[in-house]
Amino acid sequence: MSLLAEVTGSIGSVGYGLAAIGPGIGVGIIFGQGVQAIARQPEAYGVIRQNMILGFALTEALALIGFVAPFVFGAS
Amino acid sequence: MSGDQILAIEPGCHLSVGDCGFPAPGSEIFFFDEIAKFTLGSTEFAVTKPMILLWIAAIVVIAFFVKVFRKAKVVPGKSQTLGEYGYFFVRDGIARDTIGKEGDRFVPLLFTFFFFVWVLNLMGIIPFAQFPVTSKFAIPVAFAAIVYLAWVPLGIKRQGLGPFFKGMTMPRDVPKLMYVLLIPIEILSNFIVRPFTHSVRLFANMFAGHMLLATFSIAAWYLWPADLISDFDALSVTGLVGSLASTVVVIALTGFEMGIQILQAYVFTLLAAVYLNDSVNAH
Repeated sequence: MSLLAEVTGSIGSVGYGLAAIGPGIGVGIIFGQGVQAIARQPEAYGVIRQNMILGFALTEALALIGFVAPFVFGAS
Repeated sequence: MSGDQILAIEPGCHLSVGDCGFPAPGSEIFFFDEIAKFTLGSTEFAVTKPMILLWIAAIVVIAFFVKVFRKAKVVPGKSQTLGEYGYFFVRDGIARDTIGKEGDRFVPLLFTFFFFVWVLNLMGIIPFAQFPVTSKFAIPVAFAAIVYLAWVPLGIKRQGLGPFFKGMTMPRDVPKLMYVLLIPIEILSNFIVRPFTHSVRLFANMFAGHMLLATFSIAAWYLWPADLISDFDALSVTGLVGSLASTVVVIALTGFEMGIQILQAYVFTLLAAVYLNDSVNAH
C-alpha cells in the first residue's frame, strides 16, 4: 500500500488539541451563561455558582481524558 | 525510573552548554522506586513515596479534626473556628444544598471526602512532598468505588429495586418509542460512565497539573545559561530570558494549582452528593 500522507512526532498533542475544542467552547458557554444568570439574579448566586461549577467539571472531563490518553496509549 | 532520578539525569545539560535536547517529562515521573517492603499475610507490599504521603495526609486530617473538635468549646478559639467553617461549608454548601433535608446524614462521608481529597491534592505543592497523591489512578478509583457502592445499594434500599432502576434509566415525559434509544444510553451514562468519569476527573486534573509544573520546572533548569559569563552570546541570553520566564510561570502555576486542588476536592464531593441525591430523592 502506498502512503499518501504521513504524520510523525507527537500525535498525542494533536489529539489533545482536537479534544480541547469541544470542552473549550462548552466551558466558555457555561461561565458566560453563569455570569449572565448571576447578573440577572444576584440573590441566586449560591445555587448558580454551584451548578456552574458542576457543569464546568462535567464538561472539562472530556478535555482531561484527551490530555491523559496520549500518555496511556502512547507509551507502547 | 523515579521522578527524582529523571530530574537528576545529566545535571550539566543546558541549552547553551552541551545541548542534550529538552528532557520532556513523561508519565514516568509518576512512578517511584520502592523505599521499603513489608509482608502482610502472603502479600508483599512495596512502600513508595505516594503511599507515605497517603499515610501522612490521613494522619494530618485525623489529627487536625480530633484536635479541633475533641474539646469543642461554646465560644470557639482560632482553630475551632477554622474547623467549624470547614464543617459548615460541607454541611450547608454541599450536603444540604444538594440532598436537601436528609443531607445531614451524609455529612460525615462528604466531609471526609472533601478534606482527605483536598489534603491529598495539596501534597502536589507542599515542598519536598510535591506529588499530588490523587494523580495515582488507583486512589481516585477507590474513592469513586466507595461512592458507587454507597449510592447504588442505598437507592435500591430506599426506593426498591424496580422503581430505582426505572427512575435511573427511564426519564419521564418522553414518548414511548424513545425508550428504545434512551434506556441503553441512560444505563451506560448512569451506571458505567458515571463512576469512571467521577474518578478520571480528579485523577486527570491532578495528573495534568503535576505534569505542567514538572514541564516548566525542567524548562527553567534546562534553559538556564550556566556559561553566561564565560561565553556571552545570543543563545545564553535567550536561555536566561526563557529560564526566568519559566520560573515565573512555575510560581504562577503553583498558585493556580492551589485553586484547582480545592476546586477538584469540591467537585468530587459535590458529585458524590449529587449521586447520593439520586438515591435519596426519587425523581
